Amino acid sequence: MAAETWLILGASSAIARAFAQEAASHGAALLLAGRDMPDLEALAADLRLRHGVAATPLAWDAAELAAQPGFAAACAERAPGVLNLFLAAGAMPDQAAAEADPRLAAAMWAVNVTGPAALLGAFAPILAARKAGRVVALGSVAGDRGRKRNHLYGASKAALATFLQGYAARLAGEGVEVLCVKAGPADTAMTWALPKLPFMAQPAAMARAIWRRAAKGGGEAYVPPIWWPVMTIIRLLPRRIFNRLDF
Amino acid sequence: MSVAVEPPKPGPAPRPELWKPLALQSWGRMAAAPCLAARPERLRELQAALAAPGGRALLPRGAGRSYGDACLNPGGAVVLTERLNRLLAFDPASGLLLAEPGVTFADLLRIFLPRGFLAPASPGTAFVTLGGAVAHDVHGKNQHLAGSIGEHIAWFDLLLADGSTSRVTPESDPALFRATIGGLGLTGILTAICLRLEPVPSNALLVRRQRVPDLDAFLAGFEANAAAPYAVGWIDALAQGAELGRGVLEVAGPSPEGLPDRPAKPRRLPFDLPGFALNRLSIAAFNELYWRRAPALAGEERVAYERFLYPLDAILDWNRLYGRGGFHQFQCVLPFREGEPALRRLLETIAAGGNASFLAVLKAMGREGVGMLSFARPGYSLALDIPARPGSAALFAALERITVEAGGRVYLAKDAWLSPQGFAAMYPEAPEFQAVRARVDPDGAFSSGLSRRLGLG
Repeated sequence: MAAETWLILGASSAIARAFAQEAASHGAALLLAGRDMPDLEALAADLRLRHGVAATPLAWDAAELAAQPGFAAACAERAPGVLNLFLAAGAMPDQAAAEADPRLAAAMWAVNVTGPAALLGAFAPILAARKAGRVVALGSVAGDRGRKRNHLYGASKAALATFLQGYAARLAGEGVEVLCVKAGPADTAMTWALPKLPFMAQPAAMARAIWRRAAKGGGEAYVPPIWWPVMTIIRLLPRRIFNRLDF
Repeated sequence: MSVAVEPPKPGPAPRPELWKPLALQSWGRMAAAPCLAARPERLRELQAALAAPGGRALLPRGAGRSYGDACLNPGGAVVLTERLNRLLAFDPASGLLLAEPGVTFADLLRIFLPRGFLAPASPGTAFVTLGGAVAHDVHGKNQHLAGSIGEHIAWFDLLLADGSTSRVTPESDPALFRATIGGLGLTGILTAICLRLEPVPSNALLVRRQRVPDLDAFLAGFEANAAAPYAVGWIDALAQGAELGRGVLEVAGPSPEGLPDRPAKPRRLPFDLPGFALNRLSIAAFNELYWRRAPALAGEERVAYERFLYPLDAILDWNRLYGRGGFHQFQCVLPFREGEPALRRLLETIAAGGNASFLAVLKAMGREGVGMLSFARPGYSLALDIPARPGSAALFAALERITVEAGGRVYLAKDAWLSPQGFAAMYPEAPEFQAVRARVDPDGAFSSGLSRRLGLG
């Protein structure tokens, strides 16, 4: 995957940062999209210094629906060769807080689902015309079955996964690979203050695993892989038992 | 839910919680200190972390490689800077590197040595962060010529207690510059550090190792090699009598020719050794072996910087050697003239107590540190590990006494025992340091376990 460009969406997040390092270490140029411009400038400088690749920060807000088509076109112009997308924008508000204030839930939905859907929609004809490219989106194991503690977030990730299934089908004949990563919890700012989570992965290890998996093509992938058997069991648990679990 | 939902507005999405309770340990594995901890991943989160919950005292922490309570803040709040680790700019013409505080010496070695640049001063482990290095004004095996890291800091950005960020150069605010170099993280939180890297001809050094029979021969060896860029001695701290101070002297300088790149895979110590595994006999045997292995006559060998500068980094978690009880490290520097008899007394006190220690490190320092609380000064520096035992308190009190009487000082990065009186005697610029803190942090937002123990508040 050398000499390609990766557009990192939500590039300030820890997993996105790690994935950008991984891509840069393989010689890819980077477009770093997000809201925190000083942070993206720092990340771009770091990638240029460590890996000698081109890295450009771009102002982007997943929740700004109307801006997505224009942003996609601008990115396409900046990267005339093979353009790959890594979607890491995401929010996970506390379930109770989001129940108490539905605007929080709506804002989360915009960042996790509607914004990315609008952007990917705008990218579909661009990628199809180039007959190349990868779309790697950071989903979550939380989307596999709604849990008591976290089903607003889980629902948004389930929606993203379902969207990606159809999106992949739409681009299947066009040489574009779409990968939905079912990520387990990673040791990032998002999970820092949460109680200890099982099979916690470090961002760098996660990024490396995603990079390797993405090289093999599209589909769905659990990262770390232990989440495939774990989620298979959780999905198959009878409702009566599942409902009694406190998680 | 039949709630009228407004269309989502663009703007900040809900932020995850910054703080969580955590029990932190220092490298010497002293009792875990409960505190609240934040681990910002960007400057914005770091700024938010300045308002610690409940007005708790704040302490920035890098890799947590200091041995005592300098990196602990029991009952307070600790800001971990490890994820603020971006390289921001580098100018090969001047060697000036601008980096965030969480960048480690391992990062510098990996990224800049292949380009012919090296950290101009480097502690004994590459896991240390730049922020921690500035906070302790760390030194390395080249201190006698190159000085400590503070001499190579051009400027830094410091996030102050009032939320403002100040760019501090030696000219813009000399007092704040000198208070922050070696300032134990008590003046604010470093957000960017401008460090001058040193050009080197290759990735390796030419190293001469030589067996040394006793302390006199050691001190003569340092004098004879005063012009060598690197010089360090490893002493068998259990040897007594005529063999007191025997050890191995290592002298090194840059090698014009390099070595082929061969990334070493570090080993990990997978478990705590039981406390009894390290005893007088096992350590004496190890020290004997180490001494015998060195050639009696100096031979020259080409050694990668990594292996020479960071020998213990090849074994991750080597602090587990000392078992769950942990260990202490004692490091002091003694002025040359009074130093020799004091060194002898220190070694005798340690050997007589049967306080098993692996190799002790002896080094001649040549330059005064630039910070108000910098450790380094011209003289002999002695460092050794002492496993935690019931008699530790009395032993450290004796070592402190000998050090004060010789006009020396104890390294705060290693310290867990120093008394406020001992500190005041060793660090005469402490009042100036406190005056700077009163100016930039009038409400005492920053504090640590060590600062409270030493009466610095």
